[in-house]
Amino acid sequence: MIPIILKILRTGMVSEPVPSPREEFREAGNMHLESIQRQLLETLGRALAIRQIDAGSCNGCEIEIHALNNPYYNLEGLGIKFVASPRHADMLLVTGPVSRHMERALKIAYDATPGPKLVVAVGECGCNGGVFGESYASCGAVANVIPVDVSVPGCPPAPQAILQGILTAVSAKGEQLKR
Amino acid sequence: MRIPGLSLHFQALPGAVPAAIARVDSANWNEAARVVHESGRKLVALWGADNRDRDGTFVMFAAYAVDAGLAVIALPIAQASPTDAPCYPELAGMFPVAARMQRAIADLLGIVATDANDPRPWLRHGAWPEGVFPLRRDFDASQRFDNPQENYPFVRVAGDGVHEIPVGPIHAGIIEPGHFRFSIVGEKVLRLEQRLGYTHKGIDKRFESFRVADGGRLAGRVSGDSTVAYAWAYAQAAESLLAIAPPPRATWLRALMLERERIANHLGDLGALGNDAALAFGLSQFMRLKEDWLRWAGGAFGHRFMMDCIVPGGVARDLSSEEAERLARLAYDLEKEVHALRHIYDEHAGLQDRFITAGRVTPQLAMKLGLTGLAARASGQARDLRVAHPAAPYDELGVIVATQRGGDVAARVSVRFDELFESLRLIRLILHKLPAGELRIELPAPQPGAMGIGWVEGWRGEVLVAIEAGEDGMIRRGHAHDPSWQNWPVLEHAVMDNIVPDFPLINKSFNLSYSGQDS
Repeated sequence: MIPIILKILRTGMVSEPVPSPREEFREAGNMHLESIQRQLLETLGRALAIRQIDAGSCNGCEIEIHALNNPYYNLEGLGIKFVASPRHADMLLVTGPVSRHMERALKIAYDATPGPKLVVAVGECGCNGGVFGESYASCGAVANVIPVDVSVPGCPPAPQAILQGILTAVSAKGEQLKR
Repeated sequence: MRIPGLSLHFQALPGAVPAAIARVDSANWNEAARVVHESGRKLVALWGADNRDRDGTFVMFAAYAVDAGLAVIALPIAQASPTDAPCYPELAGMFPVAARMQRAIADLLGIVATDANDPRPWLRHGAWPEGVFPLRRDFDASQRFDNPQENYPFVRVAGDGVHEIPVGPIHAGIIEPGHFRFSIVGEKVLRLEQRLGYTHKGIDKRFESFRVADGGRLAGRVSGDSTVAYAWAYAQAAESLLAIAPPPRATWLRALMLERERIANHLGDLGALGNDAALAFGLSQFMRLKEDWLRWAGGAFGHRFMMDCIVPGGVARDLSSEEAERLARLAYDLEKEVHALRHIYDEHAGLQDRFITAGRVTPQLAMKLGLTGLAARASGQARDLRVAHPAAPYDELGVIVATQRGGDVAARVSVRFDELFESLRLIRLILHKLPAGELRIELPAPQPGAMGIGWVEGWRGEVLVAIEAGEDGMIRRGHAHDPSWQNWPVLEHAVMDNIVPDFPLINKSFNLSYSGQDS
């Protein structure tokens, strides 16, 4: 136990400041964000619960989504956590391309997510099919299968960009609800 | 090339991989398999091609790892009539690993293994109907079919108190999709049956729309965690096909990237394995170290995973002397930190209690089922391509293979630690000996019909890429083989008689690729 405690003490806090939302990630709307926690509370009334769905990716985006959970990004400190069921989720974080063999599972998960729900498509393939395109085996972009609020480009996008995508979707929803 | 006990005429392929190809008839196809099997050597990959437009035949390729290198046996198959299924003698009786590959070939090409005892589809769920074969030359890749709900006949386990737990395709974490069907009694797993193919993206077909010069972009995305291994294997294949050799500095930088990729994945896995045994501290610490490691690559090579940095003819990015110095310091710090964490893991009673004996694969079983990569080395198979057939610069690096005989989660953890330290040593050596000079050379135009093969020891195991050139510099047939083909079936054995809650831990200790297998 003592080596563990010493290691934790020596490592200290490594969490970094939060990036701001990126307006170019979303189609419409215009707002800026003052406090992320407040935003989450105003929009959802609680922490943001995300269900991640790999709908056919190469696993590259998943590695970067995993990285979001490392101490540098301090996701849970912001009030964002990943959950195991779409029924517990406010947001689906979907990577693509959506393979045709995952098309049905993705639609079922989307239908199982209670409204108001958000969908963030992650990665080049989630945005437009990427190198895999559309074919007998690939539906291409996530938006070809379920409605998408925000798309985050990059192959794969860095963790900061994915976090910005998540925050952009939340702030857009907050704006929508106010109206 | 010669295989002892076999009189076949092999034609050597140029390039970094000691590969040779022999065209055979079906009697010699069987004979080659028997000789390789009896000498205890392994089947690496099995794939097919449609050459009807050229000479009226289909062709099957079996790539065996033999002492002299990679022996590729090619069997042309004439079709009796256009409606008859082309057939070849099945190999799964001798090489169990062939079973799923044979089913995949039947799904994609309609080439059928005679006497195969599992006729169920493997990669085909509902995206294309029975009797339609996407990898045939006359199949238009943009076609779409109805996608009906499939009814896959799982093997049922009967008996008092036996019940099933279906899991997936969407799993309860940030993981790739696949389906696991557990038959259990109480807490104990009697049988696990995997159903994969959910992430099939038609990669082999997609290769046909890439040029030989730029197909590495696709190969580098077969399995994102192994992008360097795939890009290097693809580059080897393209260079073999074009009969060119990359400049020395490029091969040394490739090895630097490959060892960096191995370390990045081992760091992530060591953290996740601690977490799966309820030591969240391990995850936080290792993920912090992995993040530092990836950020260096993001700065030095412009990409955290080094995607698209290896290209046919060389490398696309250079390493500056400042970045080399930073990497040396980072490697030094990392080694110190991982030593401290290994000590904590080793001394942690709760962790070791979960690791030791969980998911055991005996050396005998590993041998019989053809286990590969780090999982094989944890089950007493002292095999590593970097030593067995070292491509430059590994011939000058003298890799020390890490092995364990326990075959359990603890052994796979231990091999990861040992390989991580060995890769750090290799990185220091590479930084010290890195030659100056050109980064990449011009590519000549590929000859239609020319074939090339790449074979690389990725962090998970042996990655193989085979390509054949078509007209106008395009790829006619591209095939990417992931080591997960070998290791997924072994996982079904590893979990038998373990308890259900240990499955995530055992699964993570293999950390196999869905996307690489489904491709």
